[in-house]
Amino acid sequence: MTASLSRIYAVWLRHYYILSRSIPRLLEIMYWPSVQMILWGFVSRFFAARGGGDMTTLDVALGTLLGAVMLWDVLFRTQVGLSIAYLEEIWARNMGHLFVSPLRPAEWMASIMLVSLCRSLVGALPAALLAVPFYGFSVFDMGLPLLFFFFNLVIMGWWLGLLITALLVKAGPGAESLAWMTTFALAPFCAVYYTPDVLPMWMQQVGHILPAFHVFEGLRGLTMQGVFNAAPMWTAFGLNLLYLLIGGVVLGWALNNARRHGTLLQAGE
Amino acid sequence: MSSSSVPSVVPAISVRDLVKQYNAVRAVDGISFDVPRGSVTALLGGNGAGKTTTIAMLLGALLPTSGSVHMLGHNMSKDRFRALARMNFSSPYADLPRKLTVRENLRIYGRLYGVPKLESRIKDLSNELNLTEFIDRALGKLSAGQQTRASLAKSLVNEPDLLLLDEPTASLDPDTADRIREYLQAHCKRTGMTILLASHNMKEVERLCDNVLMMKRGRIVDRGTPRDLVTRYGRKDMEEVFLDVARGTSAVPAATEHHGDPESPEGPETHAGEAVR
Repeated sequence: MTASLSRIYAVWLRHYYILSRSIPRLLEIMYWPSVQMILWGFVSRFFAARGGGDMTTLDVALGTLLGAVMLWDVLFRTQVGLSIAYLEEIWARNMGHLFVSPLRPAEWMASIMLVSLCRSLVGALPAALLAVPFYGFSVFDMGLPLLFFFFNLVIMGWWLGLLITALLVKAGPGAESLAWMTTFALAPFCAVYYTPDVLPMWMQQVGHILPAFHVFEGLRGLTMQGVFNAAPMWTAFGLNLLYLLIGGVVLGWALNNARRHGTLLQAGE
Repeated sequence: MSSSSVPSVVPAISVRDLVKQYNAVRAVDGISFDVPRGSVTALLGGNGAGKTTTIAMLLGALLPTSGSVHMLGHNMSKDRFRALARMNFSSPYADLPRKLTVRENLRIYGRLYGVPKLESRIKDLSNELNLTEFIDRALGKLSAGQQTRASLAKSLVNEPDLLLLDEPTASLDPDTADRIREYLQAHCKRTGMTILLASHNMKEVERLCDNVLMMKRGRIVDRGTPRDLVTRYGRKDMEEVFLDVARGTSAVPAATEHHGDPESPEGPETHAGEAVR
């Protein structure tokens, strides 16, 4: 167990070294969430002003849209962070050393999940803190429900990242654009910025099998009605655990398949 | 060294009927061999002979189509992680992260291999391999010779019982290459470590290796000590033996195109070195 934790820490350390000394990389992680938050904050104000302009409407609009923007970014950054952790090894041509060390695939997956969580926090925290002076909106006012929203979306980012990384292992680094595209394809189904009733029925049905759909329903319940309903969070959590297991199995299969076809050692730019 | 944990009768490497097939191409064609503990063995052959494929299967990075590989007594298809913890590997074709410093790379791999007293081990390696002046510089900013020494330090960080080296002195100047060979020789003598190395440098093979496995078209076509091979082929050195085998100009009978059971009485071990069977 100690040896296993030491190996997980070793891979985390490898990514920490890279990030901690690269100001451009750190800024890039923080930049997009902050810019999106500022942009969507003004959009919220604009629509709130046109819709009556009273302070309550403004607060609801800000809470709903800014909360959604920040939380969606948590999901997206976690998924991208995980896929990038794999691509970093490909770009560095380090797979040949990593996978002939005693590092188990499950340990490697745990490490890159940890890396992606850290990247996500580095991106989300400055945006969340900036929202306070800009709009007087603090996502932390949500209290305990925020933890439910946050961790459900992190877990969804993990399993999406594992599945996308499996695709990258199978298809090769030439398919790296998948890492940036795939999660956005799910956004319309997750009803991030609107209520699900605006979606066609079949999209709502697809949405129900996605954990984020339930999370954003929960978020709107809190910001629009002031009620936190834990049931959708548990639905999201159950779905997340199932998909996380599937993601781990699929990536494990992809790595084993790469060992069969000899692509593990050849992986590189 | 923890070689005492391996019973002395168990070879460091034991390969039986190993095959790797890629669609219509048979990259490795039913090879069998043992590498005794404490020996230095060369895996020789021209480009495409199957050396790298064989090494990848020995490391567990490539799954064989059929056959078995036992490393330090562990079956690599069932129990590879126990063997991998006591092995290591270096190749100019598998980089370490170039944006990290040498020390950072050694810290990471030291932890992956569960090295106790890691900082002290890094200090020792730094002194032994003369890394001190550049240990805190990014690997990508080092010369080829410095990078090779750093890669060698990584491959020795866990004091392995078994080391696999793919062209350890490729692209090095003669002085640096000689120092690396000298170090490896002294290290093996001191620790009893087993080495399997793929090399195109026949002087290196003559100097370092107790045994040689010659590969061609995925098969082991001859084997023995460097001296035996030179004598048997009637050549002056391993360079000429290599050319004979690679070009098929050898007049030496019987030892060609052997594959299968190394215990087989028809095998080349009837006239070649006994150490590598």
